[in-house]
Amino acid sequence: MTKRKNENSEAETNKSGMAITRRAALTGTLAGVGALAGAALIGGGTGPLIKSARAHTGGSADRPIKLGFQVHRTGIGAAYGRWYERTTVAAVKLINSMGGIAGRPIELVIEDDGTDPKRGAEVVEKLATKHNVEFIFGTLFSHVVIGSAPRAGELKIPYFVVSEGYHVASGMLNRYVFQPGITDVRSQITAISSWVLGNLGKNVAMIYPDYAFGYNHRDYFSAAAKAQGGKISVLLPIPPTETSYTKYFARIPSDTEVIYHVMVGPGVLTFVKEMGEHFGSKRPKIFGFLDSLEAVDMASPGLEYLEGTHFWEGMPRYAGGIDTPHERFYRQAVGVNDAGASIQNPKDVSTYSHMFGCWETLFFIKDAVEQSGYQDRSPKDVARLIETSEGFQWLNEGIAHPQGAKKFDGRLHQCFGPQFISKVENAKLRVVHRTSIEDGLYAPEANYTKQSL
Amino acid sequence: MRRHGAAKIIVLHLGVIGLLFLAQFFLPAYHQSNAIRIMVLATYAVGYNVLMGYTGLLSLGHAMFFAAGLYGAGLTIYYLDFTPLQGVGFGILSACALSFVFGLLALRARGIAFLIVTMMFAQALFLTTLYFNEITLGDQGFVLSEKLRTMTIGGAVVKFSDPVVKYNFALMVFSACLLLTLVLARSPVGRVLVAIRENEARTRMLGYDTERYKLLSLVISGTISGVSGAAYALLFAYIGSTFATIQYSIFPLLWVLLGGVGTTLGPLVGTALMFYLIDISSDYTSSYLLVVGAVLLVLVLWFPKGILGTLRERWLSWLP
Amino acid sequence: MNFGPHLFLAVLEGTVSAFVLAVTALGLSLVFGVMRVVNVAHGVFFMLGAVLAWWSASIVGGQPLLGFGLAMIVAPLVVGAVAVAADWLILRRVNYNPESTIVATIGLLYIIEQMVLILYGPDARPVPAPVYFRVSFPWFGYSGYKLVVIAASAVLLLGTWYGMSKTKLGLYMRATQQDSQMAQAFGVPVRRIYATAFALGAMLAAMAGVLIVPVQQAHYLMGMDPLLLSFIVVIIGGLGSLRGTIIAAFIVGMSDGIISVFFSPTLAKILATLLVAMVLVIRPGGLFGEEEP
Repeated sequence: MTKRKNENSEAETNKSGMAITRRAALTGTLAGVGALAGAALIGGGTGPLIKSARAHTGGSADRPIKLGFQVHRTGIGAAYGRWYERTTVAAVKLINSMGGIAGRPIELVIEDDGTDPKRGAEVVEKLATKHNVEFIFGTLFSHVVIGSAPRAGELKIPYFVVSEGYHVASGMLNRYVFQPGITDVRSQITAISSWVLGNLGKNVAMIYPDYAFGYNHRDYFSAAAKAQGGKISVLLPIPPTETSYTKYFARIPSDTEVIYHVMVGPGVLTFVKEMGEHFGSKRPKIFGFLDSLEAVDMASPGLEYLEGTHFWEGMPRYAGGIDTPHERFYRQAVGVNDAGASIQNPKDVSTYSHMFGCWETLFFIKDAVEQSGYQDRSPKDVARLIETSEGFQWLNEGIAHPQGAKKFDGRLHQCFGPQFISKVENAKLRVVHRTSIEDGLYAPEANYTKQSL
Repeated sequence: MRRHGAAKIIVLHLGVIGLLFLAQFFLPAYHQSNAIRIMVLATYAVGYNVLMGYTGLLSLGHAMFFAAGLYGAGLTIYYLDFTPLQGVGFGILSACALSFVFGLLALRARGIAFLIVTMMFAQALFLTTLYFNEITLGDQGFVLSEKLRTMTIGGAVVKFSDPVVKYNFALMVFSACLLLTLVLARSPVGRVLVAIRENEARTRMLGYDTERYKLLSLVISGTISGVSGAAYALLFAYIGSTFATIQYSIFPLLWVLLGGVGTTLGPLVGTALMFYLIDISSDYTSSYLLVVGAVLLVLVLWFPKGILGTLRERWLSWLP
Repeated sequence: MNFGPHLFLAVLEGTVSAFVLAVTALGLSLVFGVMRVVNVAHGVFFMLGAVLAWWSASIVGGQPLLGFGLAMIVAPLVVGAVAVAADWLILRRVNYNPESTIVATIGLLYIIEQMVLILYGPDARPVPAPVYFRVSFPWFGYSGYKLVVIAASAVLLLGTWYGMSKTKLGLYMRATQQDSQMAQAFGVPVRRIYATAFALGAMLAAMAGVLIVPVQQAHYLMGMDPLLLSFIVVIIGGLGSLRGTIIAAFIVGMSDGIISVFFSPTLAKILATLLVAMVLVIRPGGLFGEEEP
């Protein structure tokens, strides 16, 4: 890690914080949704959902609850943004058909930030002060999250990001920022490391993008390898402007057992093809993070070489990876077929490993609002909402959380869910391992609850 | 440049500053935060205008000066416990030093070659912010927490995260740079710069050391851009390499062109107009860069002098 | 891998990028030489070529060779037409003023990029190579198509050289480049030559895009890198010198690969960029160009 100075950091926090107590498992549960889920499933998952009983906030029933959705419609994040938007719209439709949040229908206000941190901060201001939304959510790319978060903190507006970055849990941001819908990358790496080292090999070459997201992989996987008797044969950071990769493969020592690759960016198909040309059939085992192949068809020309290799998936793209009625319901609600592509256009592949975060975040917000009795953006209500959210400990698997049950750490403002390892077979991804939540836990480095509101 | 306009000019500029000051009491929250941003970015455009508007040197690399101010302030506050104002001061110094060294080297090139040199240096600085990512956190960037942006001045606690402080700090920074360029434009030095813009060879023949004037202009321009970058870091609390990309070199060019090349108030008009153009158009189209592109074309084709430049040409010949 | 094979690989990679770069930069150099303007939209012409190649490939379906052939015809024609329109609607109206042209082509760059985003989408899409085979060296394997790219680029370079030095059009262009007023006085239709040069420059970029897309992928932001590299090449080669451009393309293409054998790639890019800037500072006309432009 860098010598980052961090006054929020709570490095000395007792290690026992890692132990999970299932005691308070129900605190973060959607009581209403559980019942609704049942109702929906009986009706085949598509039938009209029964309106839930209006929540306890009676008087405000018809005043819509305005949610600001900060989305990457243009810029480098656009391929992700499009699916974040579809997932969000689907979740809002579902929640509204269930009677909204605390009886109030959700009104979505969408603003594009161009995947740019300057525009991101402006969008946060616009949503908070012009549109007067209650909360802002949905930001994905790390630099946009980090550029926008200070403004959210200053405007004292709850800001729910769906970014998988370690910036929330590291304590870098502020008390108004939450990541309750998707596991952070440090936890993802921690979770899959023992499987990779145990099943693929202990001598690993790492290829990762030469910026912060890549360093999380470098640091936390290297640490895991060291702890588990593995060895990193070479570290290969790739500059963000790179378009050709062959020269990097030449640096991989011949005794390397596993190539670990994380290549977020449009160059991934080239990367895979050149890897194939370089190594041919005498290749090491290969393990990658699916981030770079999100929205890319596994049967694309040039990806043949991935056959037989393994991937991390946040949520299995192909149906059956999570065999639950909730997963099937979610898949249909967001308009995705069994192969993880759009039902209307099978060539339009989704970002299935990440977009569930938007869905789950919306249900988290619903839960937080209803349990805290939040009414409007008064400092008192916002504080109650934040404190209530920080008190959540478990998010139970169900329609609200189709990716799986999650532990929520109120100090870190971060959730921890299961991760999936899949093998490419016949140009499809088949889940071979599902990690437990405990696999992904690490000693917390921050405690937001000590910051003032 | 005519003398008899002096009173009018001073009244106009002080009036603009006064209006901006009063605006904070009337503007709704949203437009108030926009105004803060516009004033900081307009400062950047003011700096750019010194080189492009008054000296006639086109640069596509000013992001390096903005970034020098941004990182100079951000890194020292973050790592070295500088107070906010010390940090801003260091940011300004960084930009000043960079523009001086850069000027010594780059001004040897002329015309298109100069333009491309500016672009190359800016690109190198951008890559440098990525290369030293252990410190800068590269593309992801880092945040200045509220605590780091708080200091005591004469016993009073000043929080640079507070909207009132922000607004007035931005106003002070903008006003100072605006008045500086006004003084410069009306000074003998400013007239030499304009002479260089109009005809460098003839100016040299008149006995002026044009190289030194160009260097001076570049240093003033780069330093003011750095002021803007440092203020941006302090007020908006985020430092990342995005601000060193070529896009952020194109923005001040766009603002200055829109407002009026070589007019003192043009940068403010251009920045504000472009800000609201993007903001409003984003309600109708998500491709705000499409709007930027279209505005650039319209300007070049029909209003090459920008808004205030056109006003000055047609009606208000006294406008500085 | 041992040093020898590693260097061999770097040279091989460098040769491929040098050839593609030469074709792209030649287009930029042609425009600069004849018209004395810098076309910032050159990179998007490259990108348009790649996107049209994807479009051609998806129209003909499973026949990569046919799709490639179609792209080699369609991409230059469409991009050439866009360039002629840009020349007619924009550049001519600003009278080819160097500064205005830069601003106008920046505008054009944003507009075309965003249009492609709207019509084509944000995804990076692959295009199958027209011919595919893997060449096995004792130490590593290599893409056969990349060797095809070398050959095709060489043909394009030779064609451009022939056109410039042996045809009447080439004569007109060279005359315009040397002195446009004099050329006009001798009956060269300078305006039309400008439009032709701008179109030819764009077509070269488009064809380079078609050639590279089976190696990379078509993406709406892919034009920035070739643009910057082409700038570097055109500068080192001497603004407006075609021969210098080709030599410089090889220096830059090879050195990018070879420097990265020894240094971290980001550091290599910083050094290369500063080196180019210093070349311009010391010799503003470029290494092979006229002393003062």
